[in-house]
Amino acid sequence: MAQKDTVDYFGLIKNGIFKENTIFKLALSLCPSIAVTNNLRNGVLMGTAVLFVQVMVNITISLMRSFIHPRIRLPIFMLVISGWVTVTDMTMAAFAPEAYKQMGLYIQLIVAFASILARAEMFASKNKIVPSLFDGIGMGLGFLGALTIISFFREILGKGSLWGFTIIQAKPLLIMVLPAGGFFAVGILMGFFNWMGMRNGSKSRETL
Amino acid sequence: MEFAKLFEIIIASSLINNFVFTRFLGLCIFFGVSRKMETAIGMSITFTSVMMISTALSWIIFHFIMVPLEITFLKIIIFIGIVAGFVQASDTIMRKISPGLYYKLGIYLALISTNCIILAVPLISAGEHYSFIESIAFAFGSGIGFALAMIIMASIREKLELANIPAPFKGTPIAFIVTGLIALAFTGFSGLIKI
Repeated sequence: MAQKDTVDYFGLIKNGIFKENTIFKLALSLCPSIAVTNNLRNGVLMGTAVLFVQVMVNITISLMRSFIHPRIRLPIFMLVISGWVTVTDMTMAAFAPEAYKQMGLYIQLIVAFASILARAEMFASKNKIVPSLFDGIGMGLGFLGALTIISFFREILGKGSLWGFTIIQAKPLLIMVLPAGGFFAVGILMGFFNWMGMRNGSKSRETL
Repeated sequence: MEFAKLFEIIIASSLINNFVFTRFLGLCIFFGVSRKMETAIGMSITFTSVMMISTALSWIIFHFIMVPLEITFLKIIIFIGIVAGFVQASDTIMRKISPGLYYKLGIYLALISTNCIILAVPLISAGEHYSFIESIAFAFGSGIGFALAMIIMASIREKLELANIPAPFKGTPIAFIVTGLIALAFTGFSGLIKI
């Protein structure tokens, strides 16, 4: 796994996807995990947007890390993040206007994601550019994966379709596409992952 | 007529489009702080007042500086700057002027800047072309809605601590499911006002 230098790239990515999964393990950045996941397409789009912003922010911060005075680092991080979010926002508005109409607000609110700021602060500002890139990819993929799982269950149960194509010809459980269904889905999945973790012998993470 | 419109906005933003239950914003704070009634109330008060003032500030800057200069595309960057700056300023001012109040509510101030609602309110009111009074009413209604959600949740969670919950669901997962149940109740408000 480890290449020439001591950095374990694969480990960095794995850390983002499993150990520190933004939604299921850290319980951060929950807002979009419910808001946009009532169908698979929006979930994947949102996850991709976050992946992009996370990677770009990590790279930018890592490049600039020796120029940023520690005392003003937070405003600078916010500026970098909101810059990249604006880029994503405009790209989305130009190329996917339909989806943008539904989730534009949530794209803009990527700015307020605790997870992106936390990675910039804890990882990218202290590490070289390549590890930061992989860390960004890992965290972003973890988020994308979580959104994909949630929206997969919500769409197939709530509408009987996937990516807009009908799959199950039965009366769907309307509640899953309602706001309440989102909370149920996330709660149950979180419990499920905790249960898996407990069965595998690792200690349960009580987030409370 | 004017008053009726304001009332409508307040009701709509606090009950029908409640930020926590139907727009899913501010969840991080919602789950993080709603463990005790006392902190929930403190957070709600600080939050509502900060949000009203920062929305007013953003409205003024948006309409008198950004619209004439045609730089409305920068609204994300500028609004987050306003919010973060205002939160920082009120933190400093409060510490100097009233240390007692700061001791009570200061810790919530630091948390507020990570709350998405506080950024969403100026963004929405800029998008909906609200007037100055309307956007303040919108901020007030959203604050009340958030306070309502926090207080309901805190009173449930205080009981939940003692309940016998299956181990994997302890903590955040069960809080999510409870929120889902409350959200289900809030769907009942959706027919209250036709806009």
